[in-house]
Amino acid sequence: MSEVVHANKGLTMADVDSKKNYLVTERLVKRFDEALAVDEVNLSIGKGEIFALLGSSGCGKSTLLRMLAGFETPTSGRILLAGQDVAKLAPHERPFNMMFQSYALFPHLDIWENIAFGLKREGLPKSDITQRVGEMLDLVQLAPYAKRKPHQLSGGQQQRVALARSLAKKPKVLLLDEPLGALDKKLREQTQFELVNIIEKVGVTCVMVTHDQEEAMTMAGRIAVMSKGRVLQVGSPKEVYEHPANRFVADFIGNVNLFDGKLSVDEPDHCAVQTAIGEIHVGHGVSGALNMPVAIAVRPEKIEISREKPDVDHNLFSGKVKEIAYFGAHNTFIVKASDGTKVKITEANTSRHDLSKITWEDDVYFWWHDGAGIVLRD
Amino acid sequence: MAIQNMTMPGKRFVISVPFVWLILFFLLPFLILLYISFVDMGNDISPFKPIWDSSTGLLHLKYENYWSIFRAGEGGALFQTLYIEAYVRSLWYALCTAVLCLVIGYPFSYFIARSAPSVRPALLMMVMLPFWTSFLLRVYAWKGILADQGVLNQVFMALGLTNEPLQMLYTDVSMLVGMTYVYLPFMVLPLYANLVKLDPRLLEAAYDLGASPFKAFWLVTVPLSKAGIIAGFMLVFIPSVGEFVIPSLLGGPENIMIGRVVWDEMFTSNNWPRATALAVVMIGLIVVPLAIYYHYTGDAAEPKA
Amino acid sequence: MRPNPKPEADTMKNFLNRHIGKLWLGLTFLFLYLPLFFMIVFSFNSTRQDAVFTGFSLRWYEALTRDTKIVDGFWLSLQVATAAGVASAVLATFAAFVLVRYRRFPGRTLFSGMVNAPLVMPEVVIGLSLLLLMVGVQNAFGWPQRGMLTIVLGHTLLGMAYGMVVIQSRLLEMDRAIEEAAMDLGAKPFQVFFLITMPNILQAIFAAYLLAFTLSFDDVVIAEFLSGPGVNTLPQVIFGYARRGINPTIYAAATLLIVSVTLVVIGYSVWVARQTRRREREIAAATRAEQAALQAQ
Repeated sequence: MSEVVHANKGLTMADVDSKKNYLVTERLVKRFDEALAVDEVNLSIGKGEIFALLGSSGCGKSTLLRMLAGFETPTSGRILLAGQDVAKLAPHERPFNMMFQSYALFPHLDIWENIAFGLKREGLPKSDITQRVGEMLDLVQLAPYAKRKPHQLSGGQQQRVALARSLAKKPKVLLLDEPLGALDKKLREQTQFELVNIIEKVGVTCVMVTHDQEEAMTMAGRIAVMSKGRVLQVGSPKEVYEHPANRFVADFIGNVNLFDGKLSVDEPDHCAVQTAIGEIHVGHGVSGALNMPVAIAVRPEKIEISREKPDVDHNLFSGKVKEIAYFGAHNTFIVKASDGTKVKITEANTSRHDLSKITWEDDVYFWWHDGAGIVLRD
Repeated sequence: MAIQNMTMPGKRFVISVPFVWLILFFLLPFLILLYISFVDMGNDISPFKPIWDSSTGLLHLKYENYWSIFRAGEGGALFQTLYIEAYVRSLWYALCTAVLCLVIGYPFSYFIARSAPSVRPALLMMVMLPFWTSFLLRVYAWKGILADQGVLNQVFMALGLTNEPLQMLYTDVSMLVGMTYVYLPFMVLPLYANLVKLDPRLLEAAYDLGASPFKAFWLVTVPLSKAGIIAGFMLVFIPSVGEFVIPSLLGGPENIMIGRVVWDEMFTSNNWPRATALAVVMIGLIVVPLAIYYHYTGDAAEPKA
Repeated sequence: MRPNPKPEADTMKNFLNRHIGKLWLGLTFLFLYLPLFFMIVFSFNSTRQDAVFTGFSLRWYEALTRDTKIVDGFWLSLQVATAAGVASAVLATFAAFVLVRYRRFPGRTLFSGMVNAPLVMPEVVIGLSLLLLMVGVQNAFGWPQRGMLTIVLGHTLLGMAYGMVVIQSRLLEMDRAIEEAAMDLGAKPFQVFFLITMPNILQAIFAAYLLAFTLSFDDVVIAEFLSGPGVNTLPQVIFGYARRGINPTIYAAATLLIVSVTLVVIGYSVWVARQTRRREREIAAATRAEQAALQAQ
């Protein structure tokens, strides 16, 4: 992805800073028999943040979310909400509400009753309940459908009901389990923004779980990338994308080319790594010993490609075009470098005519700016 | 994922209600059954004497109750008793019934499973409908149909198949017809449930690889429906062993089954201990098929280890 | 499953091949329904014979209304079956819930074995062992006398086993997330059960009740073992008549039963079919509306 459209514009880092540590997990562990599903997770989520847990299936994100909701008891560790440990509380005792992936709307109740359900459990007076349900229905624009049953609504409408239901009780934390998973693509794009708008309008702290990077990048203020029960990196979408902490994150988010090699030059403001493809220059220093094994990560969109040799000092390589894919918005080339390494290069289609006219088996040059690559140690 | 956070008192209550019921009305009677099978026949006041002599405090286990099942009188030949005959006959009838039900029922379930989805509910309803009407009445009807002056004989004679009425009632024929008739739905339903879930693409794959429809049936469909076959077979076989009503209505003195024998010992001879011993042996006979049945149907909600 | 591809040539063998399904189904259904047709036809017979139809008559239906034993037995059976049905449904719900929701607890295997056993055990064994229990209790406490209560207990044991299969299957296919959602929204565990779980398995509970009712109404063996003097359920009455010979009054009773059951079953199926169709139409309409809304943008 070369362009990240960011929906979460309302909060500045200063806002988040002042209410940091609203929801904290301390060394949270969950073990199922022999398997370790969540391994010493420490997270610190600020009040009003939209925070995403991103990872592929089996990485522990769902288990983590369920522990926050109270459906799983942690094997060890604490969950703190504004300083209070809530891990021992049952789900119905916690001020958290969850929006389920399958929506889990009560099929035997109509929409109004579905939304009112949580409020009735609190024992609120009827007039308050009616007012609140009305507010929620207006928030998701479903007031005319109040008397319908879930099966009489479309998928998108059901999702909005699920959202309204989970916000009705003004929870301190909103938990979203793969919120857009059940929708088809067109609907998904539209719903991403609507969802964020509503959440920001209400101002609730939100933790969402997803395996879809685009969803996480678009909706969340900060992302925690998870794998095998551990959190590998926490940061804003830009941080995670441009400055991945390790190979896994670099590879997981978007596309990346990884070049393994040994550190050959190490200066405060630049360094160089000797790789199979040649020497790669990086525009920042690393604190490490010479000949240390490292990898250079370069995003495909940051590599330029041409049939004419450009006038560039560093990071210039040559190869043969082996594969081309046309994606409408951009082209992807797979170029086999002189040493045999396959490099993925993406170019935006900025005009309707293919100016570079690069085709299969062409000999090409490719290069990138010193600042485009980053050094990864593991 | 189970809601494991249900408060403990709630969980204990919910488990104990059915558990206590079952222990009181299933386990306890069974233990009493076992107990009585070891006591001596009593006098007029109580049907049996207590198992221990309260004066001497010794246990008097009357193994004779069991021995008399297996050998006739003192020093009599082993396995030559009426009881053994009844057991063997019962097992034989049960086996034949199960096989007949399988032979008739498997193709039947198969064709229903393969029929158009719109027709299937109607067909299933037609299978279940007789089940909802009294089974006693239906067996009774067979009595009329198979009688010497009954409908079937009239038809046979009218068609010239025979000159004299065929003796069908009170024979093995009427027994097996009755038993197969009554137990057929018990074979059809588990088989159907199994067959309807079979992926037709497996058959298509077999055809694609060169198998004829017949071969595909034997090599693909049948093995895959094994669980259904065994469940259905046991569901017919096990209760058939102790069948009581059908031998009473459709069977003669040569077709007596063990269920009837237990009844007679109990209420005609008033020999409660021997009756229970006979019942315990009957249970012993079906324990192995029961284990097989449980193995194949399993605990549907069992935690996967 | 889909029907097999059909062969071409029109020989006898191919005819059989193509129609063997229908033939087999037809013959088997004939076998299943023969006794029913037989009884219906001969319930209108003017004489006692059951091979020759001598003429149309309603005399056996008349005799039926005058037969106090049958009528009394009918009412008793109705009471017993209703009681046993309710008790079975309640217990079956508990048992199904326990087995499906509680993965591990001490004695689970024993519990599972006990609940499922009446499905396969010969009724003679069940009847006998319960009788012994009743006698024992009677000797110890002087109560209960064998009669309606004891029969209800026996039938409940059977009904519970069958009912549990139905409810268990429904519980397994129910979306568990709605229970979690209810808890998440603040419902305590027993509230979850009564407000959310029960309404969604109600149909299965009713089916379990019906099943137990039918089994009870139809049972002979357990009733024979557990009834007391003067207490005779309808099946017991019929059984007594049956051993003595042919009695077309029974055919009349059977016909009434068959007709009413058929009407109920067909009526129910039609109603269910209509509900399903209506639901499908509503879902389709909602999906269409959504597509249209998307395109309009």
